[in-house]
Amino acid sequence: MTLVKKTGLTLLFIGPASIFFILIIAYPFFSGIYYSFTEWNGVNAKPIWVGMRNFIEIFKEDSQFFASFWFTVRFTVTTLILTNVLAFAFALILIQPIKSRGPLRTVFFLPNVIGGVLLGFIWRFILVNGFGTIGELTNLQVFMLPWLGSPETGFWGIVIVYTWRSVGYLMIIYIAHLLNIDTHLLEAAKIDGASSFGMFSKIILPLSMSAITVCLFLVLSWTFKSFDIVLSLTAGGPFRSTETVALNIYYEAFSYSNFGIGSAKSLIYFILVGGVTMLQVRFTKSREVEV
Amino acid sequence: MIAQKRNTKVTIAEIFVILAALLFLAPFYFVIVNSLKPFGEILKNAASLPQVFAWSNYSKAIEKINFVKVLCNSLIITTISVFLLVIFGSMTSWWIVRHKSKLTTILFFAFVAAMITPFQSIMIPLMRVVTQLHFVNTHIGLIIVYMGYSTPFTVFLYHGFIKSVPLQLEEAALIDGCNTLQIFFHIVIPLIKSMTVTVLILQALLIWNDFLLPLLILSKKDLHTIPLAVFSFFGQYTNRWDYALATLVLGMLPIVIFFLLLQKYVVAGVRSGSVKG
Repeated sequence: MTLVKKTGLTLLFIGPASIFFILIIAYPFFSGIYYSFTEWNGVNAKPIWVGMRNFIEIFKEDSQFFASFWFTVRFTVTTLILTNVLAFAFALILIQPIKSRGPLRTVFFLPNVIGGVLLGFIWRFILVNGFGTIGELTNLQVFMLPWLGSPETGFWGIVIVYTWRSVGYLMIIYIAHLLNIDTHLLEAAKIDGASSFGMFSKIILPLSMSAITVCLFLVLSWTFKSFDIVLSLTAGGPFRSTETVALNIYYEAFSYSNFGIGSAKSLIYFILVGGVTMLQVRFTKSREVEV
Repeated sequence: MIAQKRNTKVTIAEIFVILAALLFLAPFYFVIVNSLKPFGEILKNAASLPQVFAWSNYSKAIEKINFVKVLCNSLIITTISVFLLVIFGSMTSWWIVRHKSKLTTILFFAFVAAMITPFQSIMIPLMRVVTQLHFVNTHIGLIIVYMGYSTPFTVFLYHGFIKSVPLQLEEAALIDGCNTLQIFFHIVIPLIKSMTVTVLILQALLIWNDFLLPLLILSKKDLHTIPLAVFSFFGQYTNRWDYALATLVLGMLPIVIFFLLLQKYVVAGVRSGSVKG
């Protein structure tokens, strides 16, 4: 192949994707770093260099940003645990010889294909109107709480919706993984007199660390970036108590037109997300067991 | 396998999951049942079946969100985007795998790094790019943004798959006198068909359900996609649950049908999409 031809082919094959990538992700990402050090109040106005001022302002004066972070962390950890425990339990049960397992897998997966905005609105109705009716019918205190009207119920409302949506997806991954575990190990353990719980905690769980890594990583990336479900369910309320970081940045930029501070916030956000992701992958990987 | 023989333990577990499944379905029950009631009846008792069927909720919803139009918009945007993503994504991945160089290594690393970058980190400057290129309020603009935004994941999926495709067939074709383009389109494309199905399904779900990008780029009503149309409907008619629930049912219908028809592929896609590369 001549050099000209080779260059032409390279451009043809990797050119289009690379151009789109540079235009839509790489260039905005790096110019965003520049904008974090500027004051910039409109899409067309020229940004003015202000040095570290945005960051100082965020750390000194913006307690809502850190409240949003704290909310996102609490909500992420809670959802991470709930979804993975439930998904693992469903997977363990749905690999058993159960007649209805096909339709059951479909049911658990179904919420996942529906968009976040719709899910949020569906649950706004359920939590506010549906729960009210159930409360009247059953007299159970849980259903009569002011759902979405207080910070606690708002928090749990969002956790419920995310769990409902994510469990099926994780379950599919766990089922595929569990079906791959070597039977001989379990048979050997059984002959040695291991209890069901012993087999679960000593064999199944350690062998599942690779699947658990994938699932933790997935939930982490969903919940840490959560935007649309929260927007349609609570819009961050009441009193901004359920505002996620993604929502906080969105409001900063597109409601208050503080693009400089918004960019500075997204840089802080990026560093934290990247750091946590790498830590998490490394931590879970170190616990994986190979057979 | 960890499966056990049928016994009481399994039966108890089965009852547990069936109850859980009913709980999972309950939201759909509430939404569908109430979407067929007149407004007053919804507020009185949200759990009961409708006494009279208020089908007019649906005709109102179809009219209010301009359902046919926004359905077409969603279809057009999703179809064109995933089609182009498959073409450019597979070409790029194949080239990266088969022609290792500094350039392709850096490119692949950039794609992987982009996958952990949250959208909010590029959102603000991206809007400046979008405005300057006059992408605002055009479907083509939104599709181009998806090309950039969804390429990293597409390449990541193809890359892992193409690595495991044996070279021999391509070498044989080369000896038979095929040129690079012929090898790619006649030999490689058929070999990676199963990953193409995965990419199509996963990206179609992501783009169909995406909300933030259409919100930022499409402000004109007749360009709206389904999630955006539903959202702006709720902004206008807060708490008119009779029309709102019918709107929600309409909004979910296409994607639920898509899922139930192609369930096998969706599940397979989720499985292979989550394998670490």
